[in-house]
Amino acid sequence: MASTTSPLDSPPAPPAPPGRPRSTGRVGDKIFIGLSRGSGILLLVIMASIAVFLSYRAVLAISKDEGNFLTTLDWNPAGDPPVFGIAVLLFGTVVSSVIAMVIAVPVAVGIALFISHYAPRKLAAPLGYVIDLLAAVPSIVYGIWGALVLVPYLEGLNLWLDQFFGWTYVFEKTEVGIARSLFTVGILLAIMILPIVTSVSREVFLQVPKTNEEAALALGATRWEVVRLSVLPFGRSGIISASMLGLGRALGETMAVATVLSPSFLISLHVLNPGGGTFAQNIAAKFGEADEFGRDALIASGLVLFVLTLLVNGAARLIIARRKEYSGATA
Amino acid sequence: MAKRIDVGGLTAYYGSHKAIEDISMTVEPRSVTAFIGPSGCGKSTFLRTLNRMHEVTPGGRVEGKVLLDDEDLYGAGVDPVTVRRTVGMVFQRPNPFPTMSIFDNVAAGLRLNGSYRKSRLAEIVEKSLRGANLWNEVKDRLNKPGSGLSGGQQQRLCIARAIAVEPDVLLMDEPCSALDPISTLAIEDLIGELKERFTIVIVTHNMQQAARVSDRTAFFNLAAVGKPGRLIEIDETERIFSNPSVQATEDYISGRFG
Repeated sequence: MASTTSPLDSPPAPPAPPGRPRSTGRVGDKIFIGLSRGSGILLLVIMASIAVFLSYRAVLAISKDEGNFLTTLDWNPAGDPPVFGIAVLLFGTVVSSVIAMVIAVPVAVGIALFISHYAPRKLAAPLGYVIDLLAAVPSIVYGIWGALVLVPYLEGLNLWLDQFFGWTYVFEKTEVGIARSLFTVGILLAIMILPIVTSVSREVFLQVPKTNEEAALALGATRWEVVRLSVLPFGRSGIISASMLGLGRALGETMAVATVLSPSFLISLHVLNPGGGTFAQNIAAKFGEADEFGRDALIASGLVLFVLTLLVNGAARLIIARRKEYSGATA
Repeated sequence: MAKRIDVGGLTAYYGSHKAIEDISMTVEPRSVTAFIGPSGCGKSTFLRTLNRMHEVTPGGRVEGKVLLDDEDLYGAGVDPVTVRRTVGMVFQRPNPFPTMSIFDNVAAGLRLNGSYRKSRLAEIVEKSLRGANLWNEVKDRLNKPGSGLSGGQQQRLCIARAIAVEPDVLLMDEPCSALDPISTLAIEDLIGELKERFTIVIVTHNMQQAARVSDRTAFFNLAAVGKPGRLIEIDETERIFSNPSVQATEDYISGRFG
């Protein structure tokens, strides 16, 4: 917002002090420009080579696929003829991630708000550490915990959901069996992405300009109204970014899902039923035993996950860009 | 509507630091009172005690009395939120809600206070924007974000937002210090019009501004850095600037310190 400062506020830059060789800064500048430009180019090269590698191997596999790669409900690249498709994996990945987001984002925003605006300082700092600590737990540990603790404990919840919300179809449990389901995976993923969503949101909430909050306070806003009028609107794009980071992790999570889920190649909206699969889980489960062609097939599924993640991030950027005029970055 | 402010023996702290000490004064309704004084003398702190914004700062607390037409703002059982709904405030930097449109900015305080019919809301918003001399500049873009306006327009938008809820008192904390001279003039003209409806208290670093806009002027000073700020004197603006009764006031006004 250039117009908030009068021309008087920015006097012309003073001339360089005499006697000081002007080139001293330039060597550093050149090195720095080279470094930063190099890093930028390196990133593009890495991304491009991953995309090329994935595409090349994927094309090798898909061209020999006798089933429809997108719709086949089977994964048998070793068969004769080879038949495999990603429908189940795409479905399972999206459903488990959506469940994770629905649970994790509101909780994370709540925790972040509590830490940044409600908790007394003595409590806020330790709480922040604990949340960050959740992120330090290796995903295989989450997987084991999920399989040994979460799965048995969720059976009661599953029965309850089935009994009272079975009419929604989604929560109808038609198969007996322990809770190694997409729903359980979703809950586990929610816990796993909680720290990243929380800490990014918290950072954004702490950056809300004091003047914005005072504007609301001075109008006679209560604490919740300050949050609603100043903090949440300012933090909106930050919450979206935080969620996308979390979603990225949920989409790609491997070990925890592989440990908890009992995989099957069926698509069912009954999320409480055991079965289903995700891209990363499927790759982890099958990569070791697959032959060269089987690996190409798995890489083809990895390419789809790659594209899915790109799409999700692109969509998030679109949402943020559309709100840019109102983002508060100009205030 | 416009109310009298009666301050008695007011002392404010930041934690253990005493920021202002033992301030008493009366501010008449429908008048403009200016606070002047060197940086750090506590005039902004004192202003913020008048709508209980001081205690929002961690460690901020207040002793003494602030009566608004005989009602003590610091009395037991008085909710600071209610106080701020009757004592409006305009800040040093324009701070419209960046994510809200111009219309919603002005309506924000009304929406906090209760629900209004759409037509009634539009009426009050127009009246407030007219009251802030901003209506003609923004009437065609009420749905555009307030952060897209110029600095001076944003400040008038903030004034419109503050007066939309018909406060008893309007506090202004250096409202022109981030603005260019033309926008400053627009705000000063506006203050002259607003004092017919509101009790106005303004903190300013600009002594010409105090002389131009205010009826009465209060001079604050502090004995030394780290010592609490005190009210040195308050009098008719004309008298303060021509023949103040305290030597320190004259020294400050004639530019001998501060």
